[in-house]
Amino acid sequence: MIAVFLVILQVLVATAITPLLVGVMRQVRARMEGRVGAGLLQPYRDVRKLLAKEPLRAEGSSIVLIAAPLVLLVSSLMVVALVPLVTTAYIPSIPSDLFVVVSLLLIGTVALALLGLDSGTAFGGMGSSRHMMIAALVEPTVLMSVYALSIPVGSSTLSRIVLARGADVTRVVTPAGLLAVVALVVVVLAETGRLPVDNPSTHLELTMIHEGMILESAGRDLAWLELGSWLRLTALLGLVVNLALPWGLADTAQPLALLIAVAALGAKLLVAGGLIAAAEVFMAKVRLFRVPELLAGSFVLAFLAVTASYLAG
Amino acid sequence: MGIGIAGIFTGAAAITSPPRAALVIPIAVPGGLGLDPLLLSPTPLGGVFCIVVGAVGAVAALYGIGYAHGPAASRTGWSAFALFLLGMIMVTAAGDVVSFLLGWETMAVASSVLVLADHAERPAVRPAAAWYAVMTHLSFLALATGFALLASKAHSTTFARIADAGITGPTGIAAFLLLLVGFATKAGLVPLHVWLPRAHPEAPSHVSAVMSAAMVKMGVYGIILLTSSWLPTVSRPFAVLVLGLGVVSGSYGILQASITSDLKRLLAYSTTENVGLAVTAVGVGMLLSNAGQPEVASIAFVAALLLVVSHAAFKTVLFLGAGTILKATGERDLDRLGGLARTHPVTAWTFGLAAMGASALPITSGFVAEWTLLQAVVHGDGRANTMLALALPVTLGLLALTIGLGLLTFVKAFGMAFLARPRSDAAASPSPEFTSRPGTAAMGVAQVLGALSVWGLGLAAGPVATAFSSVLGYSGIVTSEMGGLRLVTIGVLDPVALGILALGLALPVGLLVLVLRRRVPRRATDLAWGCGGVRTSPRMEYTATSYAEPLVRVFGEALRPSRSLEVSQLGDDRVLESRVAFAQELTDIVEDRWYAPAARWLRIVGDQARRIQNGSIHRYLGFSFAALVLVLVVVTLP
Repeated sequence: MIAVFLVILQVLVATAITPLLVGVMRQVRARMEGRVGAGLLQPYRDVRKLLAKEPLRAEGSSIVLIAAPLVLLVSSLMVVALVPLVTTAYIPSIPSDLFVVVSLLLIGTVALALLGLDSGTAFGGMGSSRHMMIAALVEPTVLMSVYALSIPVGSSTLSRIVLARGADVTRVVTPAGLLAVVALVVVVLAETGRLPVDNPSTHLELTMIHEGMILESAGRDLAWLELGSWLRLTALLGLVVNLALPWGLADTAQPLALLIAVAALGAKLLVAGGLIAAAEVFMAKVRLFRVPELLAGSFVLAFLAVTASYLAG
Repeated sequence: MGIGIAGIFTGAAAITSPPRAALVIPIAVPGGLGLDPLLLSPTPLGGVFCIVVGAVGAVAALYGIGYAHGPAASRTGWSAFALFLLGMIMVTAAGDVVSFLLGWETMAVASSVLVLADHAERPAVRPAAAWYAVMTHLSFLALATGFALLASKAHSTTFARIADAGITGPTGIAAFLLLLVGFATKAGLVPLHVWLPRAHPEAPSHVSAVMSAAMVKMGVYGIILLTSSWLPTVSRPFAVLVLGLGVVSGSYGILQASITSDLKRLLAYSTTENVGLAVTAVGVGMLLSNAGQPEVASIAFVAALLLVVSHAAFKTVLFLGAGTILKATGERDLDRLGGLARTHPVTAWTFGLAAMGASALPITSGFVAEWTLLQAVVHGDGRANTMLALALPVTLGLLALTIGLGLLTFVKAFGMAFLARPRSDAAASPSPEFTSRPGTAAMGVAQVLGALSVWGLGLAAGPVATAFSSVLGYSGIVTSEMGGLRLVTIGVLDPVALGILALGLALPVGLLVLVLRRRVPRRATDLAWGCGGVRTSPRMEYTATSYAEPLVRVFGEALRPSRSLEVSQLGDDRVLESRVAFAQELTDIVEDRWYAPAARWLRIVGDQARRIQNGSIHRYLGFSFAALVLVLVVVTLP
């Protein structure tokens, strides 16, 4: 029962903190580029505005236009519930198994891709095609880094991996562990549509990946899509920071421990988000057909991590 | 039509047989020539495959009532269908070599007849059927030779005696390789898969469903029997070969599937992929049991069975869905389809659910199966074993690529066929999903039944996997609460709990949507965003080919597409162009590189061999005499 309570709390905290994370990332980027920026709270205002606006339905679109945003949102919420962000506790019948988490992310990916195809425009199809290609090529890296992380612990359950890393600092700084985390960072960038894979603030249809698929959505559909994508960012980034710095998570419902856990998550997330945004200022989007090279590179890192933990561990 | 019902009864009888399957029922037929009597003694493992055949056969026959037309609906067509099912059931029940081969050949011949059904309408059927007949008989030849070697060593044709004989040595190796080739051909593993993408698209859809969902599984059944029961000691060193066959088939199959735009060809290549995954699981299991890790190995073997059953479920539905599309529009080219979700909602839902199964998304059967396989790979311990330390990560990498490309393939298949706007006139005005003919209702019922099984197998993961592990005699897998699946000491997967979590999280979102829907209603607009342009025509939509274009580029080295770009100039003008024609052809590289030379070589040999037959009676008499002398010499040798 305590686990259920902790998981609900984690979902609430993550959902509340997510727009702030996006706000921080946008604001850091704006300031470093010499702009004033819209303020840290702008994403909250965006969501409120979108929810109050009238959703449109283009001719020729099907129920996917309505369903896909909701599917993306719910799948992201599930990921947030399963990944150890605030707590390492988990509901016994639904452990935070990494393969399950990856499949849930894929449900969101598929929902977005179908949404892109649904409208029947060239831009939607283009975005959808690119999106799925990247998703397909990211998959080997994701599973390989999962594999590398699971070897020393003997389990692919995320909570146990994080706990084991937290209990023994030497695990965090092994070559295998570091390689796997670096590979995961590339995965996170690709999965959440950040530079250098996709430019989240592009306005040019021909270069769009994520934005191309959601062109037809408006009002609350768009709000769900935005929230869903942001939650993915929170979950994945939160996972990486908790793997790299596996301390401060609560495993009981003590108020003090929870407070510390929430504060620790907030600090880790916002700092990591700020760093990514700062790095993005100095980076350009790579050509679409160079993306496979980037992903192949991260795959090699993950593969090395696996063999290192077998042969050197 | 009556024989169609008979087909269903054959299937239904097969479903009820597994309870009896635990007992051994020898049906002895006196055999001449010193052979052992024919023996039909279903084993529990055979029972699993028997259920697959029966269930797929019954659903496909039900669908066939409405779908089959022309020769496939004739009395010959239906009796071939029934014989086809009967042959497969005989294979699963066979307890000795002769009845196994008898069933195998019945299945091969009956299915060849069925593939040929539409040859009068479409000439393209004939070469496909020829490829199929040739490959399937090469497979039979390899099997017959392999079994002959085994039987001569074991001095018996029953499987039990062959297993007891513990055959090793060169004979064992030769027999193993021959049998492996035979089974791999039937299973459609690369590089012996070439008949699959030809025969499946050309056969009537309900037949394709049975061929793809049930018949190729006979190859997997054979490989499992070969490695676990008939020649376990010989096959140990070949674990990597089996694993390699599986992994290469998986990734190559899905890569071809992801770039093709013919819906049924796509499904056929995806069959190669899925059979590849099942064989991968067998290979992983063999490798792990060689390395002395029987617990994890047993999980891999259970994963193989889960993959087989889940593929049977979703591939049946996918082929039936493709059949409905073909019937409604006359098209199976995804580049010319679109928007069918509006006119064919039942097909769209069932195909969508099955496509989820094929892309291994929760909470379908495919997800459970691939999760189990991945767990087996990840939990193999490679620390003390360099072979494992290299083989397992490579396997996982290729498996992951297979899963990723599978996702793209089925997003493409579903999205192109059912979403967006129709890309051709045929797709714009399809014939209705249900007509007053009662047969069309049977089609819908068959599709829904199949889709429900995809879902049911995914939800009841625990009981299904427990049943399989008891079939294989393992105990590493037990049911956890709410029908979940618990791999002892590894982890739990509970699709029902996952579903409850999803519902719990969807509840507040849904309530919010309800409130908002009252406050701000949705408005229909006519235009989709065209970059400020005027009304875009369906010709500007993305097609299946353009969807896969990035992949063709990325994997250009492996696929070698042949492209031609023809630009015709306007008069003598060098700058203005009147017409640009672009053509791209994707061929199967295995076929071009290996089969084409082999066929050329065969032709040369055949031409040479023709010289022997010059029609002269004297020469033929000379040949007979020479043969006689040769036989006498051989006989007199010690």
